[in-house]
Amino acid sequence: MTSDIELYFHIPFCVRKCFYCDFLSAPADEETKKAYMEALQREVLARAPEYEGRAVTSLFFGGGTPSAVEAGKLAGLLQTVKEHFGISKDAEITVEVNPGTVDRRKLDIYRKAGINRLSIGLQSADDRELETVGRIHTWRQFQDAWQAAAEAGFTNINVDVMSALPGQTCKSYLHTLESVLALEPAPVHISAYSLIPEEGTPLVEQISQGRLTLPDEDTDRDMYRATKRILEQAGYRRYEISNYARPGYECRHNSGYWRRRDYLGFGVGAASLINNIRFKNGSDLKTYLQNPADCREEVQSLSPGERMEEFLFLGLRMTDGVSAEEFASCFGREMDWVYGDVIRRNTDDGLLEWRKCGAGRRLALTERGLDLANYVMAQFLL
Amino acid sequence: MVTDQSSIRNFCIVAHIDHGKSTLADRIIEKTGLLTGREMQDQVLDNMELERERGITIKAQSVRTVYKAKDGREYIFNLIDTPGHVDFNYEVSRSLAACDGAILVVDAAQGIEAQTLANVYLALDHDLEVFPVINKIDLPSADPQRVIEEIEDVIGIEAQDAPLISAKNGIGIEDVLEQVVKKIPAPKGDPEAPLKALIFDSLYDPYKGVIIFCRIMEGTVKRGTVIRMMATGAKQEVVEVGYFGAGQFIPCEELSAGMVGYITASIKNVKDTAVGDTVTDDNCPCGEPLPGYRKVLSMVYCGMYPADGSKYPDLRDALEKLQLNDASLNYEPETSVALGFGFRCGFLGLLHLDVIQERLEREYNLDLVTTAPGVVYKVYKTNGEVLELTNPSNLPDPSEIEHMEEPIVNAEIMVTSEFIGSIMELCQERRGKYLSMEYIEGTRALLKYELPLNEIIYDFFDALKSRSRGYASFDYDIKGYEPARLVKLDILINREEVDALSFIVHGDSAYERGRRMCEKLKDEIPRHLFEIPIQAAVGGKVIARETVKALRKDVLAKCYGGDITRKKKLLEKQKEGKKRMRQIGNVVIPQKAFMSVLKLDDK
Repeated sequence: MTSDIELYFHIPFCVRKCFYCDFLSAPADEETKKAYMEALQREVLARAPEYEGRAVTSLFFGGGTPSAVEAGKLAGLLQTVKEHFGISKDAEITVEVNPGTVDRRKLDIYRKAGINRLSIGLQSADDRELETVGRIHTWRQFQDAWQAAAEAGFTNINVDVMSALPGQTCKSYLHTLESVLALEPAPVHISAYSLIPEEGTPLVEQISQGRLTLPDEDTDRDMYRATKRILEQAGYRRYEISNYARPGYECRHNSGYWRRRDYLGFGVGAASLINNIRFKNGSDLKTYLQNPADCREEVQSLSPGERMEEFLFLGLRMTDGVSAEEFASCFGREMDWVYGDVIRRNTDDGLLEWRKCGAGRRLALTERGLDLANYVMAQFLL
Repeated sequence: MVTDQSSIRNFCIVAHIDHGKSTLADRIIEKTGLLTGREMQDQVLDNMELERERGITIKAQSVRTVYKAKDGREYIFNLIDTPGHVDFNYEVSRSLAACDGAILVVDAAQGIEAQTLANVYLALDHDLEVFPVINKIDLPSADPQRVIEEIEDVIGIEAQDAPLISAKNGIGIEDVLEQVVKKIPAPKGDPEAPLKALIFDSLYDPYKGVIIFCRIMEGTVKRGTVIRMMATGAKQEVVEVGYFGAGQFIPCEELSAGMVGYITASIKNVKDTAVGDTVTDDNCPCGEPLPGYRKVLSMVYCGMYPADGSKYPDLRDALEKLQLNDASLNYEPETSVALGFGFRCGFLGLLHLDVIQERLEREYNLDLVTTAPGVVYKVYKTNGEVLELTNPSNLPDPSEIEHMEEPIVNAEIMVTSEFIGSIMELCQERRGKYLSMEYIEGTRALLKYELPLNEIIYDFFDALKSRSRGYASFDYDIKGYEPARLVKLDILINREEVDALSFIVHGDSAYERGRRMCEKLKDEIPRHLFEIPIQAAVGGKVIARETVKALRKDVLAKCYGGDITRKKKLLEKQKEGKKRMRQIGNVVIPQKAFMSVLKLDDK
């Protein structure tokens, strides 16, 4: 077993939970954070022997807000990982940061520790919008963080922006996009999500109480379209449903998920895919702290059918789609045999298309298909 | 054991819903001591699970107990339970015919209600001796004296010595038992005469076959008697006779004139033992059957389809089994373009429909799609034929129709004076014909209306309650058929007519109903890749339209930390949702759309 592998580290802490957030994350005291980072170290040590000889091509510290823990602790964790895993020379090492929790000092430590990519959650350049959804920072703070990151030597940086925020107008959203594009230096990667209100979040509660209103469908639509138009004009390519990058700066780590590369998740609630087995650590923090290397739940060995489903519903998230030849070589069957009807129906409806690619063929969502991705993907479930 | 007629009392309890009939029955059974306190289930008479949950008595059940009276004698009490809902009026009347007297229970706070009146009149019509008891005297708002006067004024029966009781707390029950002995006459009838017994209920038992519940009017029946049902003609040899213990059947030697009990005779189908029919001795038949037998007619029809088409045989089996026990349920296979194979089912009324639907879903685990309930229309065709229409899709071409008639009911609505206006308005909206209004005491009135049955089968009761803040009560009787200007309202989805959504409506309400149907369907039908027009049409002319906009965005933005399982669950849910839908042309319609349009809230 010598195939490449990606590593994910979940940091379930933040300064304050954003109103729309339904990820596994919460504020915590320093004691808890310290204990957690130690637990992560223990998990790394316990797991490492199993993966000896596998080249780690990317590492991702996500959350939560990884920057909510002391930079030294994160650097220490990365150090341990480097000692026990075979990290490729050119590995992509990303950490997610919240502009309200970083300064030059922290960023310097990251840089020195070997982190070479940042993902900064901006969401909006409008302070009122930021406040409405419970973000802890302002546009000004983001600008400071941006400058600090550049000075610390980071060149590969992603900026998260969100559309369809409560109170957002098409104009204010365009302003956010333009502000991001005007940054010095310009970001090489932009993730543009449209807000999806999740059940059980304070946001949904406020909406149902009528205290917040979301932009109407047409506005939402206009923002969504504007994203593509403006970012493509500015030289970014949409390579995934919500992700835009300058050539060569596509996020390798996330692309790995869509391509079904093996990845190993560390930390509470972290998911993994190894040799076609999906598993997940339990999401109870206490249990994790006690036994970080022994709290796996939901171990699921994927059947060939399930692998095919994933191949399609994950692969189609990428604008280049999936390769018919790769499908055939993975599963020993032609994609047309398995999914002929679904593909035909959706190509007839203008949602999917075949593209020539060298000697082979790729199946990809059309522009309209990207808008209706769930509708199409659900049909690929066997 | 005493057997002479003078020590038998056959009676029932009549009351408005919630006035405490079942509780009083429980207390009577308890006090007469055939059961120990431990054997007492909370409400012995209502033994179907469903009945307990709904707090109503659906199928008449009976019990025999022994009471040692203050005069030192033992009396046999046959307490015959009667259903309390207007859907089951005919059953009520047959149960009453099996009794010699009735206890009228009136709530000490609420006084007389429409159902109280309807049931009392029914009892008086059957020449029953009726005595009142005032229940719930322990309520803070109880006003027994006012209620006593009301009973005397409105019904005209003596009520000064009515027992004041609390069935819930067991107060005054002795009094009731003594009055049963004193006020209710002993049965009459000659045990030597030819057998004449009234069927007031029946029950299918997988081991014994049909168990006939009957009151022996004349003669004697025992094991070996060859009995014949005079209306249906079914003939069988008696296997067993007996009486009703609480919750069980207790065999005995014979049943003779004046007694209430059961007969089993290896009968396979309750259709053979119709309620109201007369049982006689085939070898020595009586001259005339008992009066009052009527073939039970289904008043309300709807289509029932399995949500999963492959469950059609299961639905058929379930209906067959339910029918073994419920002669008033009938069904025949039908096919709908939209819903596939199913059954057109006939019911006594909407409650009956609800009960059957719930039982199918609960006891037989079936997921059903029901079409809008309708009544039976008479279609007079130009060629002289008369069609009894139960399925709107079968309506002939308008050019072949001479005229149509719809069933009309006589409705009595009891309401406090402040709501008279709004209730009259409601009746007006429902095409009611005002007959009369009389005041009962200063503040309450009895309104009489003629109303088309199809205007009250949907949500009339709900509307009545909401417009009177719960104070109005309602009862009705079928009056007959009258001509009406009726039209068939069709629903077109993406320009295709959906047969299962068609219904018959009065010409004047067609526009309003069509508009509301379209609005409702617009909310129920998911967006598709294309725009979907929803239209309501009468005779090919579109009278209302709504549009389901095309699907524009359906995409999951973020998929975090590689948690693919979560994303897949979401897609699976989306796919599952599709399964519960029906395909009509290019459009998929959720099954609940077929049902939600039944509830077109009027306010």
